[in-house]
Amino acid sequence: MSRGLLRKLTNALALALSAVATVIGLTCLAAILWTLLRSGFAGISPALFTQMTPPPGSAGGLLNAIYGSVAMTVIGMAIGAPIGILAGTYLAEYGRDTRLAVVIRFVNDVLLSAPSIIVGLFVYEVIVVPAGHFSAIAGAFALAVIAIPVTVRTTEDMLRLVPQGMKDASTALGAYPFRTITSVIYPAARSGIVTGLLLAVARVSGETAPLLFTALNNQFWSTNLAAPIANLPVVIYQFAQSPYPQWQQLAWSGALLITLTILLLSVTARVLIAIFQPAKRAL
Amino acid sequence: MDASSSAVESRHARRQHMRERMFAGATLAAAVIVLVLLGGVTIALLKGAWPALDRFKLSFLTRTVWNPVTNEFGALAAIYGTLLTSLIAMLVAVPISFGVAIFLTELSPVWLKRPVGVAIELLAAVPSIIFGIWGLFVLAPILQQSVQPWLIAHLGPLPWIGGLFRGPPFGIGILTAALVLAIMVLPFISSVMRDVFETVPDVLKESGYGLGATTWEVVWQVVVPYSRTGVVGGVMLGLGRALGETMAVTFVIGNAHRISSSLLAPGTTISASIANEFTEAVGDLYISSLIALGVLLFLITFSVIAAARFMLMRLERRALSSV
Repeated sequence: MSRGLLRKLTNALALALSAVATVIGLTCLAAILWTLLRSGFAGISPALFTQMTPPPGSAGGLLNAIYGSVAMTVIGMAIGAPIGILAGTYLAEYGRDTRLAVVIRFVNDVLLSAPSIIVGLFVYEVIVVPAGHFSAIAGAFALAVIAIPVTVRTTEDMLRLVPQGMKDASTALGAYPFRTITSVIYPAARSGIVTGLLLAVARVSGETAPLLFTALNNQFWSTNLAAPIANLPVVIYQFAQSPYPQWQQLAWSGALLITLTILLLSVTARVLIAIFQPAKRAL
Repeated sequence: MDASSSAVESRHARRQHMRERMFAGATLAAAVIVLVLLGGVTIALLKGAWPALDRFKLSFLTRTVWNPVTNEFGALAAIYGTLLTSLIAMLVAVPISFGVAIFLTELSPVWLKRPVGVAIELLAAVPSIIFGIWGLFVLAPILQQSVQPWLIAHLGPLPWIGGLFRGPPFGIGILTAALVLAIMVLPFISSVMRDVFETVPDVLKESGYGLGATTWEVVWQVVVPYSRTGVVGGVMLGLGRALGETMAVTFVIGNAHRISSSLLAPGTTISASIANEFTEAVGDLYISSLIALGVLLFLITFSVIAAARFMLMRLERRALSSV
């Protein structure tokens, strides 16, 4: 009896602790989001999207930073996406289980979780030092280096979900592998690949550390890719640490903008996956 | 078939063959770029760090001095801060993540499973700078005004552990950074653990229940042993994140290159030092020392992440072979 009771008590205690852990975890995270929403929305106004980052002690907006972030993300993805998709294709269709593919897969996984500040130092050494100055293009390159492993991983996973029967059917018709890949596999996996790209954009758009010493910052409007450019993460970083209330407010609003963008991208990606998966099962 | 049409056909075949080789070559080249990136990162960092490594040799690892004026640099304080903040963060985050994962796989009612699971996954995507400014504006003041005075008053006088909780309540410092890190890696570790727990075949769990085991006994004696490698791999991936995390820490660590016995004192981590000082660093040796810190961080995280990936790969292979 006492042994059975002890077991039941242990069980109840353990499960209660697990529920408490979940509540604690969710509360912390909810607290962060709540603060973000409350402090961020206080600063949302038309000026935020129409004015430049202000000098200390005066009001302004984030227009140049938003532009810089978008521009660098677009360029970064334009470099990173093709490389990532092709490399993912190699791993899923050509390399498969060869030793080279296994090594590349492993290296890619390591890059996927490597600290992003390391990527910043790498791009600093490779682009900023030879060029002699910080630049938007260096920032975009740093973002590409971060986007590539994400894209490789998701592309490979998604291509592997395409049923073998479809690939075999194409091969049986005498198609070369490239024809099978471009005409059969890519269309079948399209929404999966797009999901991967969205996740890569989500990952890249919040990165701060690698931009600190590649793109740096710029208080003014700039479209010159060879010059330092303003961007949301670095503006948030600098403004949040400043003693000026207007700057701190802009930092919160910028943080809210980034977080909403990323959550929107992640939700879209999840919806796409949900559409993609049943199609796979039906086949 | 006349000669001309067979010539057309062979030209077509040749073109197809060409395209195939170009496409296969392009995918291979892209895949090799991934290797080149890792190699490039290693070479570029070593090259940048060389002046500092050449000047200080091994003493770079063993000294705490960090003086840009006299050009004396040692990494010990930063290494200590990196390891200590990550250790505390894992001590806090792993048990909570374990609880969350158990709740999601074994305990939660079905209608709650998806929303909580999705919430955790979305939160893992929130960029770390958000956690950093929250730590600076919200958590640090709370700790300074209520938690730290309590710790100093009640734990400070104790023998042994008392030394960890002495000194003035700064708000920012090692403990604050560790807590922010813990909150940041929590959704990440939880979702990896949940995924790993879900690889346990239902048959195994059902046999446990069939023998009369309680839910906790099934978790502790069936689920955990079965998924041990994956759990450790997930925890180490989280550790890799915590070790290399920059923005969540930089705001709240205080950036002081010294080793204090107290957890409440300001300190620094490798990544926080680089982020705080790099753009303002003057002099080749200063910059080179910061890059040398980056090399150390790379070595530390590389070994942790490689070990984690290796474990997860082994688990994946076993999951495949058992299907």
